[in-house]
Amino acid sequence: MNPEELNYSETHEWIKIDGKVATLGLTDHAQSELGDIVYLELPGVGAEVTAGSEFGVVESVKAASDLYAPLSGKVVAVNDAATQDPALVNRDCYGEGWLVKVELKDPSEVENLKTAAEYKEFIGA
Amino acid sequence: MSMAKAIKPPLYDRHVSLGAKMVEFAGFVMPVQYSGIIDEHVTVRENAGIFDLSHMGEFYVSGKGVPSALDKLVSNNVGKLGIGKALYTPICTPQGGIVDDILVYRDEDETFMLVVNASNVEKDYGWVVSHLPKSLKVEDKSLQTALIAIQGPQSEAIMAEAVAEDLSELRYYQFEYSVIDDIPVRVSRTGYTGEDGFEVYVDAASAGAVWDALFDLTAGIGGVPVGLGARDTLRLEMKYCLYGNDIDEGTSPLEAGIGWTVKFDKGDFIGKDALGEQKKDGVKRKLAGFVMVDAGIPRHDYAIIDADEKSIGRVTSGSYSPSLRENIGLGYLDLPYDDVGTEILVDVRKKPRLARVVETPFLKLIGGR
Repeated sequence: MNPEELNYSETHEWIKIDGKVATLGLTDHAQSELGDIVYLELPGVGAEVTAGSEFGVVESVKAASDLYAPLSGKVVAVNDAATQDPALVNRDCYGEGWLVKVELKDPSEVENLKTAAEYKEFIGA
Repeated sequence: MSMAKAIKPPLYDRHVSLGAKMVEFAGFVMPVQYSGIIDEHVTVRENAGIFDLSHMGEFYVSGKGVPSALDKLVSNNVGKLGIGKALYTPICTPQGGIVDDILVYRDEDETFMLVVNASNVEKDYGWVVSHLPKSLKVEDKSLQTALIAIQGPQSEAIMAEAVAEDLSELRYYQFEYSVIDDIPVRVSRTGYTGEDGFEVYVDAASAGAVWDALFDLTAGIGGVPVGLGARDTLRLEMKYCLYGNDIDEGTSPLEAGIGWTVKFDKGDFIGKDALGEQKKDGVKRKLAGFVMVDAGIPRHDYAIIDADEKSIGRVTSGSYSPSLRENIGLGYLDLPYDDVGTEILVDVRKKPRLARVVETPFLKLIGGR
């Protein structure tokens, strides 16, 4: 279920590294636990995010949850399609439902992330 | 309630087989959603849904003089209630707060069933026993009673297949006894969604067969099982109060907008003096509905402020509304901020977001009963 080529965080974000830029999204486990996602609050392009700190909010019908940045850097792209239609994250969390792209400040932080197998174990799947 | 171990309702295994997400609620493990809150909600509004509400509490009260004793206990008029009819009423504290909001069924002249909120079963039982004459019999049958609801415009069609009686004659807030699969049931035309619907009370030991029969009929016309998540969004669109969120011992029926359940023209009842004073002086705050203008979803206990950042109330319930596709909320607002059209600010994660007070219910059901 969780693509092998991605990295994962303990706060349930997936991370796709492409050179100096990381694409972030919510894992399938997270979107499934949240249920119908109806609101996304994401940082603007140019905003600085810090590993381990909140960078946005995702709200399902039932509850609000913070999004935590798995890596530090500067936001270089935001998925406006997802903020306009948050259910996109439920439908296609690893594809069309990506959240933001971040230009990495410290590429060594990637070493702190989990592999697909480690994440699978982490969520007890 | 501090329960060491949550109770699995009689239909627990069926919910798990249906793929429900189970959560602990008021000491019970209940389904919060099956296919998803929005899908379940919309299906109830357009078609029909089946709910397991077995966590609700049921007390039986009987004995000589029950009607007048109950009339001292609750604010609505029990004495006027006919046999075969149900009544919605608060139980109030002497200060006019709300101990619980309940349904009262008149089974016989001097036998009644009280349906109480799951989170209040222990408290209510103690309250009822201590405030009724010792000569009356009060039995807590909560754990022996299962409750299955069918709600939505197609619910009469479903129930018509399930029972022999002609339910087109059964009016809102009336009930009758029937059988489903040879199992005795109480069929009540009541609900918490704003749609036409029925609530079926059955002995917990026989609940499985009744659920199966009603589930097959519901699924057969495209209806779905519905969890507590959609139950909450459905009731919120109708401004039906949720105990513990919108009403509690610190709020009064007059503030909550359910003043119609307080009958000052009957005899004495607990809370009458305090509520009479409140009515004479006028309440200082009212439970109002609002729609978010800015982005953001109001949630329980968020602060509400005016343009000068003065505190004017708190959110009691809030959600995305699947029917309106807007973010809606309820909250107690100091007068006159409760006036329809007033702009208020909801403190969503330390950012004030604009909302507007609107008429309630949020959803105007066409062809409502």
